[in-house]
Parts: sequence; structure tokens; C-alpha cells
Amino acid sequence: MNCEKQMSMLKKIQEMQFVAVELNLYLDTHPCDVEAINDFNCAVQMLEKRKKAYQDEFGPLLNFGFGGYSKEPWQWAMGPWPWEM
Amino acid sequence: MWIYEKSLERPVKISRPDPAFAKLVITQYGGPDGELSASLRYLNQRYSMPTDKAKALLTDIGTEELAHMEMIAALVYKLIEGADPKDMEAAGWGGQYAQHNHGLFWTDANGVPWSAKYIACLGDPITDLAENMAAEQKARTTYEHLIDLTDDPCVKDTLRFLWQREVVHFQRFGECLNDVQEHMSKMNTWCGYEMRK
Repeated sequence: MNCEKQMSMLKKIQEMQFVAVELNLYLDTHPCDVEAINDFNCAVQMLEKRKKAYQDEFGPLLNFGFGGYSKEPWQWAMGPWPWEM
Repeated sequence: MWIYEKSLERPVKISRPDPAFAKLVITQYGGPDGELSASLRYLNQRYSMPTDKAKALLTDIGTEELAHMEMIAALVYKLIEGADPKDMEAAGWGGQYAQHNHGLFWTDANGVPWSAKYIACLGDPITDLAENMAAEQKARTTYEHLIDLTDDPCVKDTLRFLWQREVVHFQRFGECLNDVQEHMSKMNTWCGYEMRK
């Protein structure tokens, strides 16, 4: 497994996810801020792209079917786990 | 329902193992102002919130706190990785080794186990949101104390991120409190009392 590549792809996801988290919380208390909603939607679009690329290579990021298809063997049960990275 | 994402909210790095600091930072795992307490406090308060905005904010901050709990767990995991019984004892954490070895346990920095007493829910939205604002400040202060207690720049970096999130959550809870107060004044209610009808 290419651990360095996995880490750097995951970091790109974490960066964009942070943008989405921050805008999500902001929008919870500012639901009419159109500009922020546009920013949020842009972040989601980028995030989806980055997640797809990661999951195609390293398997699902999310369990219970939310992270897409698995290759064989069952990719969900493969490390490294987040606290080991 | 909750879905697990196989990723930390932010990478957790350390420069070197440090069981003595693990013993201190564990308080943000299982202490009164730690991330477990925060998460459960917010998620649990959702059922007595009057507005959709408040329900959304408590859901989202409660969920983010779970991610912070996992970052603290990862930090403790790494700080004690490879430490043998003697290292643990020398770090003042022999009791941890005796009872839990490298297993994580919900305690504060003094070894006091986690308690549901750390969770407040009065069922009054104004009281509960004010409680949450205080809780965020207490967590912020605890992170400042912890940042003072480590020299590891990587550990400081993780703690600074978590510190900054407490500041943002405090801000959002304040906005939510204003909104809930406005909502309740329109309903002619105050502190759970119906004043008219």
C-alpha cells in the first residue's frame, strides 16, 4: 500500500471537509447568507470529487454503504485506522 | 443514525512519546470539560430545543465534538505507544498500567472516572444554551492549561486547533441563544412559563 499517497489524498479531504464543517456551523445560525450557501455548495462539490478519488483507490471512507463499493477483499476492514496514521 | 468516517477531522502528530503528558491530556477525553462530556451534553439537549436552528446546531456541534474526542484518543494512543510498565510508572501513570495497560479509560487528569454529572440538561433552552457557552469557555481554558504543560510543537498544534474550535462553538451558541430568546419572546413565553393563552 502506498501510505504516503494515501496520507496526502486524505489530507486534501480533511482540508475541504474542514471548510464544509465551518460553513455548516455558520449556516446553522445564518441560514439566509446566500454567499455562504454558495461557498458551502462549492466545498461539497470539491469534497465529493476528492472523496471519490480516494475511495476508488483505498476503499470506503464511510461504513454501512455510505462510502461506495468495495473491492475484494473487504476494504473497510483494512488498516491503517485513523489513530494509526 | 451516525456514520463512521475513517478519518480524523485533522491529522494528529507527535514528536515523541510522552506518557506523562498523556496522563494530563486524558482529561479532554473523560474529564468534566472534555470532548465526551461536550458531545453527549449537546446531542442530549436536542430533544428539548424549540427551534429547528437550535436542533441543527446541537446536532452538528455534538457530532464535531465526537470527532474531537477521537483526536484526543489518537493523541493519547500515540503518546503512550511503545511505553513499557516502567515508562508508565516513571511518568506517574503506573495506576493506568495496572488497571488498563494501554487501553483508554474515561478519566480526568487526576484519575477521577467520567460521570454523567458532567452533563447538564435542565430542559429549558435558554438555561441549556447558556450552560453550553460556559462549557465551551471551560474547555478553552483547559486547552490553554494543557498547551502550557507540553513542549512538543506537534502536540501544541493539535491542542491549538481544538482550542480554536471551542472559540467558534462559543460564538455559534451565542448566536443560537439570541435566536431562541427572540423566538420565545414572540411566543410570550419566558423561562418555560406560558404568560398568555
